[in-house]
Amino acid sequence: MDNGFLDAFRMLARFDPDLVEIILLSIKVSFSAVAVALLLALPFGALLATWPFPGRRALVVLVNALMGLPPVVVGLGLYLLFSHRGALGVLEFLYTPTAMIVAQTVLVFPIAASLSRQVFVDLHAQYDEMLRSLGANKWQILLTVFWEARRSLLTVALAGMGRALSEVGAVMIVGGNIDHVTRVMTTAIALETSKGSLAFAMALGIVLLALSVIVNAAVSFLRTDNGGAVHV
Amino acid sequence: MSEPKIIPLHSLSATDTPDVVLRLSDVTYTRRDEKLLDCVSFDIPSDGMTAILGPNGAGKTLTLRVIAGLIAPDSGRIDMADGLKDNMALVFQTPVLLRRSARANLIHALKIARVPRRLRPRQADELLALADLLDLADRPACALSGGEQQRLSIVRALAREPRVLLLDEPTASLDPRSTAAIERLARRTMRLGTKVIFVTHDWAQAKRLASGVIFLHRGQVTEVTRAPQFFDDPQSRAARCYKLGRLIP
Ligand SMILES: Nc1ncnc2c1ncn2[C@@H]1O[C@H](COP(=O)(O)OP(=O)(O)OP(=O)(O)O)[C@@H](O)[C@H]1O
Ligand SMILES: [Mg+2]
Repeated sequence: MDNGFLDAFRMLARFDPDLVEIILLSIKVSFSAVAVALLLALPFGALLATWPFPGRRALVVLVNALMGLPPVVVGLGLYLLFSHRGALGVLEFLYTPTAMIVAQTVLVFPIAASLSRQVFVDLHAQYDEMLRSLGANKWQILLTVFWEARRSLLTVALAGMGRALSEVGAVMIVGGNIDHVTRVMTTAIALETSKGSLAFAMALGIVLLALSVIVNAAVSFLRTDNGGAVHV
Repeated sequence: MSEPKIIPLHSLSATDTPDVVLRLSDVTYTRRDEKLLDCVSFDIPSDGMTAILGPNGAGKTLTLRVIAGLIAPDSGRIDMADGLKDNMALVFQTPVLLRRSARANLIHALKIARVPRRLRPRQADELLALADLLDLADRPACALSGGEQQRLSIVRALAREPRVLLLDEPTASLDPRSTAAIERLARRTMRLGTKVIFVTHDWAQAKRLASGVIFLHRGQVTEVTRAPQFFDDPQSRAARCYKLGRLIP
């Protein structure tokens, strides 16, 4: 055990190429997923917050409920979709990083939509009448609210990043954990641990832990830091 | 949130009523079966300042929001002079400022008012000077004191050079010096051709500034009078009790 721990640090210290490859792929996949999810979820959240349409409440409840989507179920669903006989089989996404990005996007989207909706609801309630009284049109109100929300939206992005990086079930199923192709930190840890290569697993575990601590620390730092003190 | 009913804004024909800038006819606003505004009707003359008085919860703020077009009444009619609809500004009872510097708040308002970009910094500084806030221009607006925020939101409303300026208790949190400055500003704005409608609980201030008074009580207009007559001898019982600090029956 103690030896494994030391070995883990040695691997980290000499930037073991296998290790680095896995870490970089993890970050690439999760970062892409969060970016795509935000691109879709922020306008959706803004819409849910500001545009009253029939069925909106139900949709809000649904999105909130999907925040806790079990990753393995998402993996299974996408597996069926992407497999040869699946509806999207022709895309040949299965066992590629693209499939993993899609899977994590699905997982992050409800979180990003739900959290950003709350941000937009609050800011819209605060600023809508004031901006209208100054003569702002809908578009200007939306832009202003987006800009005022930028810090809160960063915490939304970080929350999504935390979810994507630490998730294992979905990427395992649609990525297949193929060495040098679709192996990321979480799936590698699962595999190496079961194989008994604890040093490698621990090295990745340390990196994953560090990343998630940094992400969550950043979230709580942005939350507690007085937003009012920032100006441009 | 239910879809607001759109009450069309009618144009007052100039020949009809040359000295009336704004007319509310039987405006009713209901929430949860409670008539918060109950058949509110009055004419606002185009000259002088008009004070809206009344106890807490009378519906003064609601009336201003209806006039500004921020909320739509359930029934009734609002007529206003041509082009007025898009030419009003409302200063809220509690300041609402963007999380930016005082100057950036004004520049944002000037942008909305379609002031060309290169003119904005200078005009922002002029407005800051009007509010006596030049020294605090780069402070985050949220870090200003209550009175400073209030002054900032008043000059921000001037950014679009409104033809009607609605002030909701503009000096409620101001010290005597700032109050005097805001009253000067209001008079100046009025002389430059802007109709000023203000809400206040400061009887003496209303007396100093207003040429006409509208008294509201429980969502109803109890009297619309010229100022000298009102302050001399209010006609409605509600206004008389309010003046004496008594409970209005
Ligand atoms: N959105 C709302 N829903 C329900 N009731 C409301 C709403 N807005 C205002 N009211 C009620 O309408 C009444 C009039 O409110 P308004 O804000 O116009 O009072 P006001 O005359 O401005 O009082 P104050 O002097 O305290 O500012 C109050 O009783 C208030 O509780
Ligand atoms: Mg009020």
